[in-house]
Amino acid sequence: MPAPAPQKPAGLSFAVREATRPLWAVFGERTLTVLIYLCGISAIIFVLSIFIFVFKEAAPILLSSKFKLSQFLFSTEWYPTSEVNVRYGVLAMIVGTFTVTGVAMVIAVPFGIGAAIYISEFCGPKVKETLKIVIELLAAIPSVVWGFIGLTVMSRLIVQYTGAPVGVNILNGGIILALMSVPIIVSIGEDALKAVPDSYREAGIALGATKWQLIWRVLLPAAKNGLLAAVLLGVGRGVGETMAVLMATGHAVHIPNSILDSVRTLTANIAAELGEAPAGSDHYRVLFLTGVLLFTLTFLVNLAADVVIRGIKKK
Amino acid sequence: MSADANKMFTETPLVRRKYRQEAIAKWVFCAMSAAMIVPLLLILSYLIQRAWPSLSLSFIIDIPVRGMKEGGIWPAFIGTVYLVFISLAVSAPIGILAAIYLNEYAKDNWFNRIINLAVINLAGVPSIVHALFGLGAFVYAARFGYSILSASLTLAIMTLPVIIASTRESLASVPRSFREACWNVGATRWQTIKAVVLPNSISGILTGVILQVSRAAGETAPIMFTGAVFFKAVQKGDLFPYHLNDQCMALSMHLYTISTQVPGVKESIPFATAVVLLGLVLAVNAAAIALRVWLRNRKKW
Repeated sequence: MPAPAPQKPAGLSFAVREATRPLWAVFGERTLTVLIYLCGISAIIFVLSIFIFVFKEAAPILLSSKFKLSQFLFSTEWYPTSEVNVRYGVLAMIVGTFTVTGVAMVIAVPFGIGAAIYISEFCGPKVKETLKIVIELLAAIPSVVWGFIGLTVMSRLIVQYTGAPVGVNILNGGIILALMSVPIIVSIGEDALKAVPDSYREAGIALGATKWQLIWRVLLPAAKNGLLAAVLLGVGRGVGETMAVLMATGHAVHIPNSILDSVRTLTANIAAELGEAPAGSDHYRVLFLTGVLLFTLTFLVNLAADVVIRGIKKK
Repeated sequence: MSADANKMFTETPLVRRKYRQEAIAKWVFCAMSAAMIVPLLLILSYLIQRAWPSLSLSFIIDIPVRGMKEGGIWPAFIGTVYLVFISLAVSAPIGILAAIYLNEYAKDNWFNRIINLAVINLAGVPSIVHALFGLGAFVYAARFGYSILSASLTLAIMTLPVIIASTRESLASVPRSFREACWNVGATRWQTIKAVVLPNSISGILTGVILQVSRAAGETAPIMFTGAVFFKAVQKGDLFPYHLNDQCMALSMHLYTISTQVPGVKESIPFATAVVLLGLVLAVNAAAIALRVWLRNRKKW
């Protein structure tokens, strides 16, 4: 909410007041205003410096003759420590990231939007309050704990019920990631449904529609942009998640054949190998380049979500 | 006439079907909401049950022994406390002032829209990219080395959007008329903020700070390459074991290490570590929620 400047009264009374204010107070306020302004623009400074520092570490490899960007993006061969033929292809990891995120969204989107509809349309105020608190707590669980749950609880269940040879795979990572991104989908989705004007609901009810007809024919079409933004933010969360997928998806660098295959994601790859890559080596720089790729991906997804949300607010 | 009216309100098959559909839809959505909560409760009770043999106060204040295969988690616990408070000391003032700028000073122009976009994107940057940034900027460029300082600064930048968002929300909930009243008696902008806006939103800001604590305590990836280590020798129950430029252990990192890197750990120890971390984070969050509910009930306008 932008606050307009207070109107300065013209004339003598104003001049008298200004004169009686001590000099240190005037200067103090000026300094403070500058400080507040600096903190205000700090978010821009931090985002820019994140990009610059990560890119700066990655840049030398881009200029090196041994490295081809097309190979980096479109090859599945990831042999960063090979003695004879070092190859840096992250396609398998890109595919890994998107399959895990895809599985997570297939689970999380229907449940998240269903829960958002239940919270905003069906339940009473007390249940609503409780559910919102539970969802907030769900969102607070640290990703390393989710990873641990995937590693110990979920993997055992998966081996037991699907007969997969290893329990840490796409399905495991997908379920864990779904549980992690459901809270954001629910809370943004609920905001979107709440933003539909009540007159729409009243018009529907006056025509004799039941709640289900109202939801299906009126609310969902009216709120579709907000729900899209909710899904996009969920995708952003999924692509950027590190610890949970590191622990729950296994470590196989290849294009998966089935949902029960292990994969490695872009984030997990950095987390797993950065510790072993000597600072300044090619391997180290390629990992930073992967970071640039991730930054760009999530930036685009978040930008898209913001554009969609802004479009709603303008209406 | 009355026969007609009766006919109007009798249930036709269509109406019955309509209401049946509504009932089904309601139960399906209810089940979907329950499907998020029930597995969570089951998993939590399973974790606590598996952790039970190790859970005790002495587990928290003991140090790990025999290559982290037995013993407690004190060095990790106190390390997390250090990281959280140092990162808080950096990001809380910056975040609160940034929110004051965005809510009280900024006009709705393109530049401030870019700031908003930057805040949103800062919240969306993957945690591992924050780790890369921390490594490049604090560990190497600023020469802080692998230390608590580097790790805390990385965490501070990562949690900044949390505090900006919640502070902004609580500032925006102070009615505009309060500010106008203050301006009208001749107060400057900062005097208004100090005397009217902040006192009326301080508890909301506090909620944001508490949420930030819980976020910082749980993060692993950003500290993994900037200052957290597998093992650090610390005296049992020592409250001040670390210096700013020491490396430290942290609960989240410890959980990752003992559940994936160390073979032969006593079975209940990783579970107990997970339960302590989870309990810490959820307790802090519950405190924030309780504060918010209490606040809302107390609000006079």
